[in-house]
Order: sequence, then structure tokens, then C-alpha cells
Amino acid sequence: MRDVAVLGIGQTKFGELWDKSLRDLFAEASLQAIDEASVQPQAIYVANAGGGLYNGQQHLGALLADHIGLSSLEAIRIEAADASGGVALRQGWAAVAGGLADYVLVTGVEKMTDLESDYQGYVQTTFTDQDVEGFSGLNLTALYALVAHQHMAAFGTTREQIAAATVQAHAHARKNPLAQFNNAVKLESVLNAAALASPLRMLDGAPASDGAAAVLLGPLDGARKGRLPLVRIAGSGQAGDVIALHNRRTLTGFPAAERAAAAAYKQAGVSSSDIQVAEVHDAYSIALLIALEDLGFVARGQAGAAVAEGVAGMAGRIPTNPSGGLKAQGAPLGAIGVAQAVEIVRQLRGTASNQVANARLGLSHNVGGVGGTAVVHIFSKED
Amino acid sequence: MDNTVGITGYGAYVPRMRIKTSDIAEEWGVEGNTISKGLLLQEKSVPAVDEDTITLSVEAATYAIQRAQVSRADVGAVYIGSESHPYAVKPSGVVVAEALGLSRQIHVADYEFACNAGAQAMFVVSGLVRGGVIKNGLAIGADTSQGAPGDALEYSASAGAAAFLFGTSNVIASLDAFYSYTSDTPDFWRREGMMYPRHAGRFTGEPAYFSHVSAAAKGIMEQSGTQAGDFKYVIFHQPNGKFPLNVGKALGFTEEQMQPGRLAPCIGNTYSASSPLGLAATLDIADPGDRILMVSYGSGAGSTAFIFTTTSQLAATRERAPYVSQITDPSNRRYLDYGQYAKTRGKIRLGA
Repeated sequence: MRDVAVLGIGQTKFGELWDKSLRDLFAEASLQAIDEASVQPQAIYVANAGGGLYNGQQHLGALLADHIGLSSLEAIRIEAADASGGVALRQGWAAVAGGLADYVLVTGVEKMTDLESDYQGYVQTTFTDQDVEGFSGLNLTALYALVAHQHMAAFGTTREQIAAATVQAHAHARKNPLAQFNNAVKLESVLNAAALASPLRMLDGAPASDGAAAVLLGPLDGARKGRLPLVRIAGSGQAGDVIALHNRRTLTGFPAAERAAAAAYKQAGVSSSDIQVAEVHDAYSIALLIALEDLGFVARGQAGAAVAEGVAGMAGRIPTNPSGGLKAQGAPLGAIGVAQAVEIVRQLRGTASNQVANARLGLSHNVGGVGGTAVVHIFSKED
Repeated sequence: MDNTVGITGYGAYVPRMRIKTSDIAEEWGVEGNTISKGLLLQEKSVPAVDEDTITLSVEAATYAIQRAQVSRADVGAVYIGSESHPYAVKPSGVVVAEALGLSRQIHVADYEFACNAGAQAMFVVSGLVRGGVIKNGLAIGADTSQGAPGDALEYSASAGAAAFLFGTSNVIASLDAFYSYTSDTPDFWRREGMMYPRHAGRFTGEPAYFSHVSAAAKGIMEQSGTQAGDFKYVIFHQPNGKFPLNVGKALGFTEEQMQPGRLAPCIGNTYSASSPLGLAATLDIADPGDRILMVSYGSGAGSTAFIFTTTSQLAATRERAPYVSQITDPSNRRYLDYGQYAKTRGKIRLGA
């Protein structure tokens, strides 16, 4: 297996982009990555969670490759709920690492806002076990709310500590020109927002967003050294768990994420304490706390206190979601995992809008549904 | 007497009954203050079972004629803008003209452009007066709008009417400029025969209301060489209590400029009467020489803007009929619970 580098990155603004279609978003991010890498991809992996539902459009590999003038390439759409991006990234990495292709474009894209807000709840149910969870009315908001209740009961995590995740996300995104939200949010606003599923309220959850992010992967060996440092994918790990929350062994963490992280750490030959910057899957405020524990950044049960103390803030021990994460940068489902990778690459290149100083080792963490799929990547700066 | 075209009389009417948004919210399991805080809507007006766009129009138009003291034979047109005309085929205007005792040598047509219809009536009537086609014309915005049970629109869809007589004699507010901005934007619509409208959620905000209101406001100001600070008052279409504040602020207007015309928090969104009622409430308190900007909005979508300047005739004229504040006086209100509201609005399926 050969080492794989990220040769080009691209990202659109995330937000309610009324004037941009699914195709527009795909093209914008993809062409940025291809332009930067200055190579023609030989395969295209499209990460997209809900094209058939949001846009009435499937067969996205063929459609989107065609849209950017590369219709003859092998192209597929990869779906794993909101982990589609990270999973597609792993597949792209594997293709290059294993020699299936030299240059692979991985683009995550989602156009969520063409349908009414009520529909978002329905689409979420398709990421659960539809027969026993979704059909009963348990969408992701409800399932994450149950996890929050469990975490509070088991560890004494408080509502304020959970809400602090949102405050931090917005604080990080203040300077991000691509973020859906650049406004600061006060703790009181999070606590008093419109109710969703107790204890989660409107400001505890990531928004519905439109957007795309892309990476162009290629072999590290022989990669042209440009102005910017090269970034290598040092580790990749993916794991699953029983899909339905009520069948899990634990309700206060996601074992799939723990296992994915363990595999990635092992492959990269590092441990959690070596990571200097992370982009994690804060689909909901509680998810940030769960992620910090699953990734080994803080001990199980301690994330509430840690977040409130700023452990995951820009000045903390493990700056997390400098982009603003899903909550503040935005969460176009298929694009999430790829956008996380793009942000880590920027951090390691030293070109991020909210820069962690001297970052050499970064991590991205992407979760599908309420923990049925999890995928972790570790990136390292080369020279 | 000069040939300046403008408003010569105006009238307002809002039904007496109310329902609180918190009561609607609790009916649907939404925390009571979510709507009042989020959309700045406290309560909305509810028409009685024997009220409709026609009856509301007659009330408001009666006050307008009363104020203008124009001879009924000299009213040459009646245009009513509404999205709740009682008939799909038979103009509300013919009934109103007859009820007001106007001449039969009169031009009548109904207007529809979602919430912009009242403003559209004003635009056309003033043009006919300016062109000398008619001496005086009546433009009315009136609605008894409906929102589907449990839908976001149920909190705001209310009822009201405002009527304006346009002419060239004894003008109380001259019409100095007008501007219309329109596009094909599917934010909110109702198909023939359907009881409730449909809407596109968050799409009704930035690409619909905000973009059209801003375009019309900027357009009229550029065309007339004015800016926000040149106006004493500004009135925007009010789908809720929040949108007009946000658009006003973005355009550089102050809360003081917007205050007299802001009625939505207490009466809801009166649709075609929304900005017209705001204008009426502003005329109730304006001083002579005040420059007023009114920017209406209707889904589908379009925005029509007007600039008026009040004259010295305003003070004496407005005394002749009730002010908006008197019509909506708290002592006049009667509150309904959700069941009474649903029954009154015909939302309960009766019969087998």
C-alpha cells in the first residue's frame, strides 16, 4: 500500500444557498480541488446522503461526473447517512493506496433546502432503523436527545455543559468566510431556544445546509511540492455498530467511533494525545461531548466539564472544530466528512481562517446516524 | 385646488375578536411563548361568521368616504385587492360599490397578488386619477386569510381592511412616487378551490420577502433621489412582527420611523390590508409635511412602494372617522379559545 496525499482541496460556502443547485455545488468544489492539484482524476467518488429524497436525483456518480465534463470516468455515489463523506474519503484513500487509481476526486455534496423544513425530520428517519425507530417517530434529534439524557443521568453532565458546545462552535466560526453562521451565540439563547426533543432545543442541532467539499487524492511519492506543505493521510479507520440505539451495549458513547479511532491511531502510529487539532461530528451539541470521549481526548463522562472549561476551545489542550463544526460552519450531509478533511488539510498547511498554531497532526471524525457508522482519519504534515 | 394626485380620504377596519398566539401554540403542543418571542406576534384578529372581505371593505370604505366628504357619484372606480375574495367569479367590488351607494357608472375589478393586492389597487387607482380617467377612485386592501391547522401560517393569518380614496381635490397626502418590483418566485401560493395556502418554509424569507422589499425600497429611493433618513415614517408589509424590523434595519431605518405603522404584533398579518393598515395608522398621527414610505409585499412575488407627503388638510380630515387605535382598542377586543376560533373560521368538518 502506498502513502496517499491530499493534492487539492475545494469547498463552497455552506448555508441556505437558494441560487445554487446540487450540480452547481458539486462543480464548484470539485473544480477547485482539481485546479489546485493540476491533475486529471481517474475516478470520482461522490458522497451524498439524500439525493433521492431531497432532489429526486440518484445515479449521482454518472450525473455529476458528466456535469464537470468527465463522463467517461468511473464514478459512484457513496452513502452512509451523515458519514457519507468520511466513508467516501476512506474509499478514495483505499483506491489510491491500493493502486486502483492514481488520482481520485472525492466530493461530498448535499442540497437540503429545496424542501420544507418538516421534511428534514422525515429524511432523518431514513438514517435510523426505519421499521422500529423511524416509523415510531424516532428521528435523529429524538435519538440524540435520548443519548443526552443518558449522559446526564450517568455522569451528571448538565444542560449548561451540553449547551456550551454550541457557544463554542459559533465562537470558532466567527472568522470562517465559508460558514453558514458567523454570529456569536450566548448560552442563555441555547437554553431558551424553541424546544425540539428534550433536552435538545433548536440551537443544539446543526442546521440543514447546502454545500460541497472536495479533495483530490494522489500518491505522496512523486507529488509535486508546491508552495504549501504536503499533507498525508496517515491513518484511516472505519467501524460499525448495531444500528438501532435500543440494541446498543451502551447509550453514553458510540463504540463504532472508538473502534474506528483505534484503527486509525494504530495505522498512523500515534495516540490521542498526539493529535493537535480535530474536526468532529457535532450533529448535536451532545455529539461533541460524546466525540471527545470516544476519541480518547477526555475520559468517559468528563466531556461536560472539559467543554465548559475550554479544553476543546482554540486555547485548549485539543482545539476541536476550529471551522465551527457542523453546528456553525454548517452540515450539508454528504459534504460533512470531506469538509472536515479539507479543514484539517488547511490547518496543517497553515492556511486556515481560524488557525491552530504549528499543527502537524490532525484528525477528522464523521458519524452516520446515531452511531451506526463511524469513520476516523488522521492527517500529517509532510516536511 | 391643484392637480396633485393623492389620498383624499382613508378608513380602516379590524374585526373585534382575537386569539392569542400562545393559545394556538399550546393547542399544537408548541411551547406557548415560542411564537410570541420568535415572530413577535402576540395575538391576531378573527372575523366573525358574518364577516368577509366584502363586509370588511364596506366598513373601511365608508370611513374613507366619510373622511374625504366626496360625493358618492364622483367615485369612478372601486378596486379591492384580496386573497380571500368570497367568490372566485364575481368581483367583491360590485357588492361594495352597491353597498356604498356609488354610481353605476363606475369601473370595478378585483385584484389578486397575495398580500400585495391592496397596494396594487392603490397603484392602479392613482394612475387612473393622474390620467384624468376618473375624478376619484377607491382602492381597498381587505382579507380574511386562513392558515392550515397546525401550520406556521395559522399564527399570523388574520383579518382586516384599509381603504383609500384617491383624487386631486383636498388631498391629505400627495403621492410623490411609486415603484413596482416583480419576479416569479414560488414562496407561497394557493390553488383554485383549496382552502389553505401552501408555502415553501424558509424560502419565504431571504429570497422572497427580503429580496423583493429591499429591491422596491432601494428602487424607489434611487428613482426619487431619497434615502432612509429623509422619511419621517416607513411602513413595510408585516407577515409577522419580526420581518419588517429586520428589513427596516437592513435598509437603514430606525424603530421610531417604523413604530406607528407596526400593527402585526397585535392584529397578526392582515394580508392585503397589512401595509395599507400600517399606512392608515401612520396617517392617524402624522404631522403636515411628513414624508412617508410604504413598501408592500405579496408572495409569488412582488413589492410595490409609494412615497407620500402629508398636507395641512390631514388633521381636519382624519377627525371624521375612527383611528386605527380606536378600532383596535383593547376594550373592544373579545378573546376566543382555539375551539371557538376553529368553529368560527370553518375549520371543523361538519356533517357526516
